[in-house]
Amino acid sequence: MTIHSPTSTTDEILDVTDRTEAVNNGDASDLARTAPRGPVMETRDLNVFYGDFHAVHDVNLSFGRHEITALIGPSGCGKSTVLRSLNRMNDLVAGAKVQGSVTYHGEDIYGPKVDPITVRQHIGMVFQKPNPFPKSIYDNIAYGPRVTGMKVTDMDAVVEDALRGAALWDEVKDKLKSPAYGLSGGQQQRLCIARTIATRPDVILMDEPCSALDPIATARIEDLMSELKTEFTIIIVTHNMQQASRVSDRTAFFTARPDETTGNRTGLLVEFNRTQDIFEAPADPRTEAYITGRFG
Amino acid sequence: MSQFTQAGPPARAGLPGGPLLTAKRRPGEAVIQGLLIASALLSVAITFGIIVALVEPVIHFFGQVPLGDFFSWTDQGSKDLRPAVLPLLLGTFMVTVIALALAIPLGVGAAMYLSEYATRRTRAWLKPTVELLAGVPSVVYGFFAVFFLTPTVLNGWLGLDVSFTNSLAAGILVGVMIIPTIASLSEDALSAVPQALRQGSLAMGANRMQTSLRVVLPAAISGVAAAVVLGMSRAVGETMIVALAGGSAKNTSPDVGEGHQTMTAFIAQTAQGENPVGTASYNMLFAVALLLFLVTLIINAISIVIVRRYRQVY
Repeated sequence: MTIHSPTSTTDEILDVTDRTEAVNNGDASDLARTAPRGPVMETRDLNVFYGDFHAVHDVNLSFGRHEITALIGPSGCGKSTVLRSLNRMNDLVAGAKVQGSVTYHGEDIYGPKVDPITVRQHIGMVFQKPNPFPKSIYDNIAYGPRVTGMKVTDMDAVVEDALRGAALWDEVKDKLKSPAYGLSGGQQQRLCIARTIATRPDVILMDEPCSALDPIATARIEDLMSELKTEFTIIIVTHNMQQASRVSDRTAFFTARPDETTGNRTGLLVEFNRTQDIFEAPADPRTEAYITGRFG
Repeated sequence: MSQFTQAGPPARAGLPGGPLLTAKRRPGEAVIQGLLIASALLSVAITFGIIVALVEPVIHFFGQVPLGDFFSWTDQGSKDLRPAVLPLLLGTFMVTVIALALAIPLGVGAAMYLSEYATRRTRAWLKPTVELLAGVPSVVYGFFAVFFLTPTVLNGWLGLDVSFTNSLAAGILVGVMIIPTIASLSEDALSAVPQALRQGSLAMGANRMQTSLRVVLPAAISGVAAAVVLGMSRAVGETMIVALAGGSAKNTSPDVGEGHQTMTAFIAQTAQGENPVGTASYNMLFAVALLLFLVTLIINAISIVIVRRYRQVY
């Protein structure tokens, strides 16, 4: 699998200095997805607290359209916390507090008039452990369109599209009415991805989606991610550096800094750059130490 | 000289030169196991004992009274014995239906609030308080029905024309009595649903109510159904409330404003020590009791089938 180069559009916006290199990457399909300008999501001075615990400090990131951004770093560095703050899943944690801003197409998702339910309809999420609902395969997919009130004329087609989109259709087309729990772990995770894309989100957050899967299932999900990025913007948290280097366009490296008085570890962003640069020419010695396996 | 230098297998209890791995006797184990088996079998034995004790007088009863007189809406035969059981079944049925109509929505609703909406702090005091209702003696509920619910609420505030003893008041209080059973057990079932399912639903843009009703409740349905069935069994078997508030006369009218004697109330009101052993009226107590037993058995059997069919495994 090759490292995907960033598309020209996002380069222009996120990395204007790099324009020369990006010129030759454009093709017809690139042009098709260049319509909206600007990053899909941005965080500015994002701080997350759980009660008194300062979980992440001053994170500034921007996520390009139709790119895969990987958040990597050692355990406890706050990468999952950052991910969950991007679709307000942190709201569900008692005592969680967010400072700074997270914008989606320029709109603050923590704004006073924003409904977190609507946010999650635009920004979907796939979890670490496959969590299909105890329903049939069909009903798992149909659940999202049903609860979000999507105008659906042909649910069968929606289900088929979603399952094809998640490369699961051929394996399950003859048993759509059977329980989702009969599927293997890898199939269940692809079902969860299918379920998410059925609601047509703009951004898909993935929280270590392969950590509970075997290498073959992992490879399938990684292939799938590369296909999905033509339609969606993907942000993935992963412990697996090889995975980040294989699938992502950009990588953000986080680490944890212990507080001198309390000993609590606060996560912070060390370096955010094109994946190739992070892995081949890291600017920060901490990044280099991590990717070469000297710590974490 | 050290004892560790000795060559060969270590010395063991038992005969010299005997096998090394012979099982050690543990007589304590056998005693404990025996006691545990005995306690498990005891409840089975008691149940069977009850059935046998019930069946024997019932056989005599149907020797004295024709089956048709028992399964009848009106009392026939001699003046002393009033063998019709269908009015009693109707009374039990009406009280149970009223009780469940009240207790299922309130009990499951309370469980859903406690499990899905209440903060940890609210839940910490509210759940024990709900469970406290289960500790109220049923005779208190019966009194409450007769001296407050019927005269003050039903006749007074609501202006209903109900008798002094009526099935509505009895059913409502039986319902109140089983709310904590249904609420507490349903709450256990709902809370046992993995958090990952709720997160999955919310992450798709579902709201809390959709998540509760479409994901959490179906996932917990077998536990909730078990809670409802247990509540129903208690409603069918409840005696004190219906004996006090439900009337002591057989009634074939479906009017809930009138009193209806239930099977349990019949047994309680008839078994006053004035039925000489072996007489038909004595044996009839056992016949009604056996019927009551069968009704609860059938309810449980049906619920097992329903739960198996609709169960969602996670």
